[in-house]
Amino acid sequence: MRRIVSLLLLIIVAFGISLSLAKIPFGVPKTKVGRHYIDEGIEETGAANIVTSVVVNYRGFDTLGEITVLFIAAIGLGAVLTSSGREKMRKTEPASLVLYTGCRLLFPLILIFGIYIFIHGHLTPGGGFQGGAIIASGFLLIYLGCRERRISRIASNLTESLGGLIFVVIGLLGLVFGGYFLLNFLPKGTTNALFSAGIIPIIYIAIGFKVGSELAGIIDNLIEES
Amino acid sequence: MIFVVSFLVVLMLVGAVAASIFRDLISAIIAAALVSLIASILFYFLQAPDVAMAEAAIGAALTAAIFIIAIRRTKRYEE
Repeated sequence: MRRIVSLLLLIIVAFGISLSLAKIPFGVPKTKVGRHYIDEGIEETGAANIVTSVVVNYRGFDTLGEITVLFIAAIGLGAVLTSSGREKMRKTEPASLVLYTGCRLLFPLILIFGIYIFIHGHLTPGGGFQGGAIIASGFLLIYLGCRERRISRIASNLTESLGGLIFVVIGLLGLVFGGYFLLNFLPKGTTNALFSAGIIPIIYIAIGFKVGSELAGIIDNLIEES
Repeated sequence: MIFVVSFLVVLMLVGAVAASIFRDLISAIIAAALVSLIASILFYFLQAPDVAMAEAAIGAALTAAIFIIAIRRTKRYEE
């Protein structure tokens, strides 16, 4: 009896949802703002990558919020997991020769690739978040391969705080120079050049360092405690 | 093109089902990482390389690693 009722309820709910979904015209532009970004984005922000111009320039304040969420998550994890001291680390057996050599060989390449991704965030696909995640996966490789190596927690925290600070300070400088937060006050330069798009590359480099050190710190915390 | 995409979608569904029915949790994590990897390839096909990059780095690499670290602390097999 109960099963029949719940099945009936499920069918009714699915019917209602599909009715309302059928009313939505998918694939048709419903607002004008998307068209505006595509048409005027390159001219207004100077960034060749429109996604970056939306993430850092038009919706820069949301990005600040996202970064804060990640920051709070990392802090919460650290607060839950970090116990009295890091000296009482369990002795682990060393990694095999193949893993050790492979990770030592690959780590600098992954690091350079991540840095490339976030420095060129305004020109090519990718940006601070993607580059930071790639850098963190490089650090993950180091933790797997060279188990006695550890990044210094102070350096990681310093990088993280500095990244967030640069973002906020640049936003406040926009407030000082032009009257609103995160104004692109630097010259835009020529499109497709590395030094173009004003504050976008600076902010994305700060985000890259911040996200990379945060994710690496999360992995560090987890490995430390296991 | 449509054949490649449909093959990938079928593979993704297989991975998703496998992730939910495997008793060995490490295998389940690998299946879940496969779903993320194929999702990132599909994002690339849908001309969203920015999202594809984030999905590949975070979904396939970091999430799987964090799950594996968590499983090392607990049990590997599900009753």
